[in-house]
Amino acid sequence: MPGFASRWKRHLLVFLAVLGPGFITAMVDNDSGGILTYSQAGARWGYLPLWTLLPITLALIVSQEMCSRMGAVTGKGLSDLIREEFGLRITFLIMLLLVLANLTNVIAEFSGVAIALDLFGISKFISVPIVAAFVWFLAVKGNYDRVEKIFLFACSIFVVYIIAGILIKPDWKQAMIYSVKPKLMLDGEYITMLIAMVGTTIAPWMQFYQQSAVVEKGITAKEYRESRVEVIVGCILTSVIAFFIIVACAGAFRDHPANIESAKDAALALKPFNQYATLLFSAGLLNASVFAACILPLSTAYSVCEGLGFESGVNKRWNEAPIFYWLYTLLIVVSALTVITPGFKMVKMILLSQVLNGMLLPFILIFMILLINRYSLMKEWVNPRVYNFVAWATVVIVIGMTMALTAITIIHRNDT
Amino acid sequence: MTAETFEILFFTELAGLPVFDLKHRRIGHVRDAAIVPLIHPARIDRFLVGGAGSSWLSVRYDQIATISLDGIQLSNERLYPYHSDEYMLRIQRDLLDQQIIDVNGRKVVRVNDVTFEVRRDERESLAVLEVDVGVRSIFRRLMQGAAPRRLVRNLQRAIPPSSIRWEFCSIVEADPQRRLRLNISHDKLEDMHPADLADIVEELSPADREAIIGTIDSEVAAEALSEIDPKMQASILENLEPEVAADIVDEMAPDQAADALGELEDETSAEILEEMEAEPVTDVKELLEYDEDTAGGMMNTEAIVLPEATTLAAAMDQLRAHEDLLENTHVLFLSGAGGKITAQVPLARLFLAAGDTRLKELATGRLISTRPDEKQKRVTELFDKYNLLALPVLEEDGTLAGVITADDVITVLRKK
Repeated sequence: MPGFASRWKRHLLVFLAVLGPGFITAMVDNDSGGILTYSQAGARWGYLPLWTLLPITLALIVSQEMCSRMGAVTGKGLSDLIREEFGLRITFLIMLLLVLANLTNVIAEFSGVAIALDLFGISKFISVPIVAAFVWFLAVKGNYDRVEKIFLFACSIFVVYIIAGILIKPDWKQAMIYSVKPKLMLDGEYITMLIAMVGTTIAPWMQFYQQSAVVEKGITAKEYRESRVEVIVGCILTSVIAFFIIVACAGAFRDHPANIESAKDAALALKPFNQYATLLFSAGLLNASVFAACILPLSTAYSVCEGLGFESGVNKRWNEAPIFYWLYTLLIVVSALTVITPGFKMVKMILLSQVLNGMLLPFILIFMILLINRYSLMKEWVNPRVYNFVAWATVVIVIGMTMALTAITIIHRNDT
Repeated sequence: MTAETFEILFFTELAGLPVFDLKHRRIGHVRDAAIVPLIHPARIDRFLVGGAGSSWLSVRYDQIATISLDGIQLSNERLYPYHSDEYMLRIQRDLLDQQIIDVNGRKVVRVNDVTFEVRRDERESLAVLEVDVGVRSIFRRLMQGAAPRRLVRNLQRAIPPSSIRWEFCSIVEADPQRRLRLNISHDKLEDMHPADLADIVEELSPADREAIIGTIDSEVAAEALSEIDPKMQASILENLEPEVAADIVDEMAPDQAADALGELEDETSAEILEEMEAEPVTDVKELLEYDEDTAGGMMNTEAIVLPEATTLAAAMDQLRAHEDLLENTHVLFLSGAGGKITAQVPLARLFLAAGDTRLKELATGRLISTRPDEKQKRVTELFDKYNLLALPVLEEDGTLAGVITADDVITVLRKK
C-alpha cells in the first residue's frame, strides 16, 4: 500500500512544515527580555501581575493570527504591505522606529548572553564578541536552518521553570485568584512593568517576523487552517511558561519582594534545583538569548529592505545587497559594543527595551488592523469583528497605559 | 529667475505643481498623471488636477503649453471632470510603491519615483523615461513638499542614481481584464533565461506568480516552472485553469512533470492529466508510480534507444528525427534481443567515427545501470564513483525504464 503510506507521510510533512513559523516565533518570544521581565514581575510584585496573562495571551493570539493570515492570503510581508498601501513616508517612519526598538532588543539579547556566561565566570569582554561573531557568520555563511532545530529543541529547558514553579510550593490559591482578579494601581513602577509585559510578549518585531516566515514557508490560504492551530498552541505555550516564571519568582521572593538587579537574583527562582539552579538558569537564558540574537538582526534587515525596496537576502553577495548587509552588521556590532561598554547596566537595559516594545506596539497594531480590514487585499479573509475588537482594545489599553505612565512621571517630577 | 531649460522632471516634482489657465489664474494642483498604454506606451496622456473642490479635472496632454518647475500653463480651457478611467495607468496610484520587474537587471524592484523626459515639440509634454529605485529617489520622496523643488533637485545630485529604463520594466498585473485594458503583456519576460525568470517569480506574491506563469508562452513557462521549488510549483499549478496548467505540464520533461504533479492533491493532478495530450500522459503517469526518493522518482523517460546493429549513418538520421530530445541527451542506448539494453554510446563519439561504423563498436566498456527502486543516495554514489553523465534505469527484464542525468543528481544534492 505505497499510496496510503505516502499520503500519510505527506500529511505529516505538511503538518511539520506548517508547524514552523508560529511555533518558532512563540519560542523566540521567551527571549532574554521575556525571562527577565517575567522574573522581575514575580520578584517585585508577587502574584499581582498574573491577571494580565489572560488578556495578553488573547491579544497575542489575535495579533499573531492576523499576521499569519495576512501572510498566507497576500503572500507578502508586513512591511511590503505597509509600503504598498500607505506609501513611502509612513513606511520610512515605521522602519525607523522598528530599527530603534530592535536595536535595543538586540542589545538586550547580547546582555542576556553576557549575564548567562558571567555566572560561569566568563567575562562579557570575551563572551559577547564571540557570540556576536558566531551569530553574524551563522546567518551569512553558515546553515542557520539546521541550527534552528537545535535552538528549538534546547527551548525545552524552559520545563525547569514549570518544575521549579511546582517544587517551590507557591500559594496556589492566591496564584489562581490573582490570575483572574485584575489589580490596577496608579503606580509608575507597576504600570511600567505592565507595559513591559505586554511589550515582551507581543513584541512588534514578532509581527514582521511571523508574517515573513509564513510567506517564506509558502503557506497558502488553503493550508492556513493547520497553521492557525499551531499559532494558537504556540501562543498558549508562551504564556504557560510566562506564568510559571512569575510563579517561581513570586515563590522565591515571597518573604522579601525585591527588584531583580542581577542574574543571581533571577536564578533564585530555580533554587529547588539546589546547586544546579545557576547552571539551568544560565543555560536557558543563553539559549534564549542566542536564538533571538540570530533572528532579530536578520529579521530587522529583511523588514527594512523589503519596505524601502532595497535588495535583500543572505543568498545575495555584499555588493548586490549592500544596505541589507550593512544594516545587519551594524545592528550586531553596535549592540555588542554597547553591551561591553564598562559599567553598562544590563538588567536595566533588558527591562527598558521591553517597555519600548510595548510603547511601539499599538502603532504597528493600528496598521495591521487597517490592512487586514481592506477587502481589496484580503477578500473573504478580512478580520472578523471579534478580532477587530480585541486588537483595537489592545491598542487603546496600551496607549492608555503609556499616557498614564507619562502623566505619572510628569506629576512626580513636579512634586519633587 | 531666468527661464531654465530642463530635460527631465521627476514625478515627485510634478505632484503638487500648480496649473494655470489662459489668464494665468491658478486652477489647481497636479494630483496624479496617467499613461494610456493603448494609445502610447510612455507619454503622459492625462494630468489629473485637483482644485478647491473634491472633484478632479482631467487635462489632456495636448491642452498644455508649457511645463516647468514653477507650474503648468494650459493652452486650452475645455477641461472635463475626472471620473475613474479603466484605461489609465496612474503613476501615483498604480506605479509608485509597487513592485515591478526589471527585465534587464533580472530582479524585482519597488518603484520610488518616476523620471519623465520633457519633450518640446509645438507644445511641451512628458514621457516616462525611467523608473527610480534606490536611496536617491527615497530622498526625493521624503523631501517631497517639505522643501522647495529646486533645492531638493540640487541636494539629491550628491547621491548616486539608480534607475531602470522604462522599456526594461515589466508591470505585473494579476487581473486579466485590467491587463487587457492597460495593454500589459508579459512578453518581455519570455526573453529572460528561465532560471532567472524562476527566481523572479519566486519573489512575487502568489497571485502575480500565477498571472505570469499562466500568460507567458507555455514552453517558457514550463522551463521556468521546472526551476521553481516543487511546493511552489504545486501551488501555482493548482490555481491555474486545468487547461492552462496542462499546456504547461505538457511542455515539461516527464520527470519534472511527474515531480510537479506528485506534489498536487490527487484530484487536481487527475484534472490536469485529463487535459494533457495522450503521449506524455502515459510517461508521466508511469513516473508518478515511483517513490520520490528512489531512482524511479529521479529518472526521465525520454531517451534514445537504437538496435545494436545500427550504423552510424542510420543513427544520425534517427537523431535528426528526435531533435527535440537532443538538448538533454548525452548518450545513446543500444538494445539487443528482447529490447534488453546492452551498452551505451556517448554522443560525442559519433562525430569522430566513419559513417558505416556499427554503433556497437563505439560503445563504452561496461554498462553501469540501476533499478527503479534503488535508493537516491546509492544513485548519487554511482554518479560520483563512475563519473557519469547519465545512468540508465533498467526494468527487471533488462529493458529501459528511464534515464537519470547529472542535472537530476545535482538537484537532489542541492536539496540536502
